[in-house]
Amino acid sequence: MTDVIADGAPAGRHKGSLLAQDTRTKKRNAAEARFKIYGLFAICLGLLALVWLVTSIISNGAGAFQQTFVTLDVTLAEERLDKNGNRDPDDLRKVSTFGYAPLIAEAMEAKMTETGIAVEGLSAKDAAALVSKESPAQLRNFVLANPDQIGETVTFEFLAGGRIDGYLKGRVSMESAVRDSNVSPEQLMLTDAFVEAGVVEKRFNWLFLTAPDASGQRPEAAGLGVAIIGSFYMMLVVLVLALPIGVAASIYLEEFAPKNRVTDIIEVNISNLAAVPSIVFGILGLAIFINFAGLPQSAPIVGGLVLTLMTLPTIIIATRASLKSVPPSIREAALGVGASKMQTVFHHVLPLAAPGILTGTIIGLAQALGETAPLLLIGMVAFVREFPDGPPEGLFDPASALPVQVFNWTQRSDPAFVERASGAIIVLLIFLLIMNAVAIMLRRRFERRW
Amino acid sequence: MPLLWLVLTVLVLAAAGFAMGRGRAMASAGGDARRMHSLPVYYGTNVALFVITPALGLLLLWLLVQPAWIENRVSSDIPESAIGESSTLGLVMSDVRRIADGLDRAVAEGVIGEDEAREMRTEFTNVRDRLGEVGVALGSNVEAPILFAAQQYRQMSATGNLWMTVAVLAVAMVGFAGALVLTNKDYRARNVVERGVLVILIAAASIAILTTLGIVLSMLFETRNFFSQYPWTSFFFGFEWAPDFRGNSSLSIIPLLWGTLYISFIALLVAVPIGLFAAIYMSEYAGPKMRSVAKPLIEILAGIPTIVYGLFALITVGPLLRDYFAMPMGLGESASSVATAGVVMGVMLIPFVSSLSDDIINAVPQAMRDGSFAIGATHSETIRQVVIPAALPGIVGAILLAASRAIGETMIVVLGAGAAAAQFNRGLGELVNPFEAMTTVTVKIVSQLTGDTDFAAPETLVAFALGLTLFVITLGLNVLALWIVRRYREQYE
Repeated sequence: MTDVIADGAPAGRHKGSLLAQDTRTKKRNAAEARFKIYGLFAICLGLLALVWLVTSIISNGAGAFQQTFVTLDVTLAEERLDKNGNRDPDDLRKVSTFGYAPLIAEAMEAKMTETGIAVEGLSAKDAAALVSKESPAQLRNFVLANPDQIGETVTFEFLAGGRIDGYLKGRVSMESAVRDSNVSPEQLMLTDAFVEAGVVEKRFNWLFLTAPDASGQRPEAAGLGVAIIGSFYMMLVVLVLALPIGVAASIYLEEFAPKNRVTDIIEVNISNLAAVPSIVFGILGLAIFINFAGLPQSAPIVGGLVLTLMTLPTIIIATRASLKSVPPSIREAALGVGASKMQTVFHHVLPLAAPGILTGTIIGLAQALGETAPLLLIGMVAFVREFPDGPPEGLFDPASALPVQVFNWTQRSDPAFVERASGAIIVLLIFLLIMNAVAIMLRRRFERRW
Repeated sequence: MPLLWLVLTVLVLAAAGFAMGRGRAMASAGGDARRMHSLPVYYGTNVALFVITPALGLLLLWLLVQPAWIENRVSSDIPESAIGESSTLGLVMSDVRRIADGLDRAVAEGVIGEDEAREMRTEFTNVRDRLGEVGVALGSNVEAPILFAAQQYRQMSATGNLWMTVAVLAVAMVGFAGALVLTNKDYRARNVVERGVLVILIAAASIAILTTLGIVLSMLFETRNFFSQYPWTSFFFGFEWAPDFRGNSSLSIIPLLWGTLYISFIALLVAVPIGLFAAIYMSEYAGPKMRSVAKPLIEILAGIPTIVYGLFALITVGPLLRDYFAMPMGLGESASSVATAGVVMGVMLIPFVSSLSDDIINAVPQAMRDGSFAIGATHSETIRQVVIPAALPGIVGAILLAASRAIGETMIVVLGAGAAAAQFNRGLGELVNPFEAMTTVTVKIVSQLTGDTDFAAPETLVAFALGLTLFVITLGLNVLALWIVRRYREQYE
């Protein structure tokens, strides 16, 4: 201050009252307020993105859990299905799904007469197209399983076609139907009449969770069954391999490894592996497990192995942190009463670190469950309709996986698959939510502060 | 013997070994555990370890080596004439494998006998129809040398499996007998078991190294194949990406790298300001209550699988950007664009930037802030002029880590960025237009390696060269970032 006065600077600068702010202070305070608002704005933007993401997925995907069903009474005419009348399974098998389609058309006509609904300009064939193309197959499977029902009239609930389903969900309108070669306004009018008569109704769709994938023309029948099983098998492989290997590696690095060059290399290696792009692991899986070791493509075992390698760093890092948090006094006490180093670790340190290890493992599994890119390279994108066998043979059968199924559905042209893909994401997110909730609960319940 | 049974047999043998080893040690000590060197359980474990480790190790090795060895033997016996003009050895070998599998299945289902499978000749039997009966669909009729190769393949696999079973069981028995003979009350069982366990632990730890080695070697090997068919100068310095499976492709990395870097740049443009300001607010202004709510919520963004972001880009962000920005401004009509992928990827990266920066800002000593307050700086001035400069190296490290994530990200760009490579001959305008569809290195790795691929064509092998480049770039960024962050942390500790 003395310098300023000595320089002869105007002394009137601080003449103003302490209570009233001068312009410079005001400017600085405004800058302060602005800066704070930027920060708040950034956080809000981040949260907004999260909310937007979740609502977009849920609003798009919620429809997949509802599906439109058509209830029809089908007469399983003997002269069509079993000409010989001897119910021989081989003879029954000879009637293809094309042989069953007329039955549905007849049932549809009967239903229209019964309810007194008639739509002008709608042919019987178009009316029958209200039900999914999957329905003849459904009928055929039923007959093959219950040959004694031939000749009877049985009530069936058929899936409605994708466009009809879309109409009830607001995806298809009368205007769009005029331009659509797959559906006509007359069919939609019939649908409206059927909805009033209670023949067509929208219900919760278990098939979405249990049915296998379906081809591009019948989105209404596509389900996640194979994908859920495939993902489950892969998680099984990851758990069985990654947990013991990861824990063993961490124990060595944390408790036994001498401080030397080799240990350093391993440690740097692990932290780098955690940051290698996932697609590179896919290339590794393709080159080593499929091309070199000759394991089958699209098999959960290969997916599981690749995901194991990806998850290992996560589990190792979590396990080491939790081993490190066990205080040295525990080890010293064990050594003091005569336990060997190995006994100390396995009898005392490991049990105390177990909750942390478990939490880390679950989080690693959750990561692996959502991973897509490496699975694309090992052929999990294949169209799989058959359920894999039970483990262990099933691990070598082709299967899909939840995230890959999502990708698969996004590649199809029918807009109904967008709804399916979003629905599959909801299922995936629910699984992730459960896993993370369990991890958090475990941590809350068992975490010990030393 | 099926694999499962073999493994189970070894395990049963190990269990028996455990009981017998323990019993034998106890007997030699006259039933008094105090006279033994180790606790009884160690004698049992010792025998079990001697049974399991060598046997299962051999099994694993055998399973890895046998298919490659058989493949090699069989493929060298296939005459040149059996490989058609449009075909390659790789495709023929996959036919051979399919036929061999089909024969196996036919025998297993009892459609044909073992002898028939072995003696089948194309002159007498229509192999395609016979295999069709058991649900193995073949593309074309089977030629004699290929059927012969398939039969040879089966035979070799069968003999190989037989020898494997014998060898594994023999090794297990030798381990069993050897360990049992050694067992008596003075045998230092605990020390041996503990040494064995330590070896297992070391083996587990070196899997990390093996993985890296596997990544590098598998990609190096195939990349070398690629460069033997395609000049490396055109790969690194060409300006055109136009793969053509009929040959004569242009496979240059520059257009892909341009797309990758451009999208990553936009992603960082979104993520860095938002992440950084969020971190500053969280560590400097927010109270503990807000912090405990907002921080985990933002970190949820990091836990969401990338396929979810991809779908979000495809069905929500892409159409939005197209309808409200690109079309009105006349910049493009494509929903998948650099901007779509960049913005969504930016959202994904927010928590990476914010969490790491938050940690680093928190590590700046309070004394530095107090000093700044004491000379009259406002909070924001302190942050801008003291805290951020002090935390800068760490923040740069965090941004580099986020950049490496962005470069290696796959699903968002597969679904959001499009499949057309940047075209350098159409002028700069299209190259820098953010609403133009552009593709990246990762997208092309996926598209070149999915579907039916022929591992002899440069169009497939280029994926390995791309992968290696990607690996090197991200590894470099990571090492640099970790080095910067670590150096910085030490500075204030």
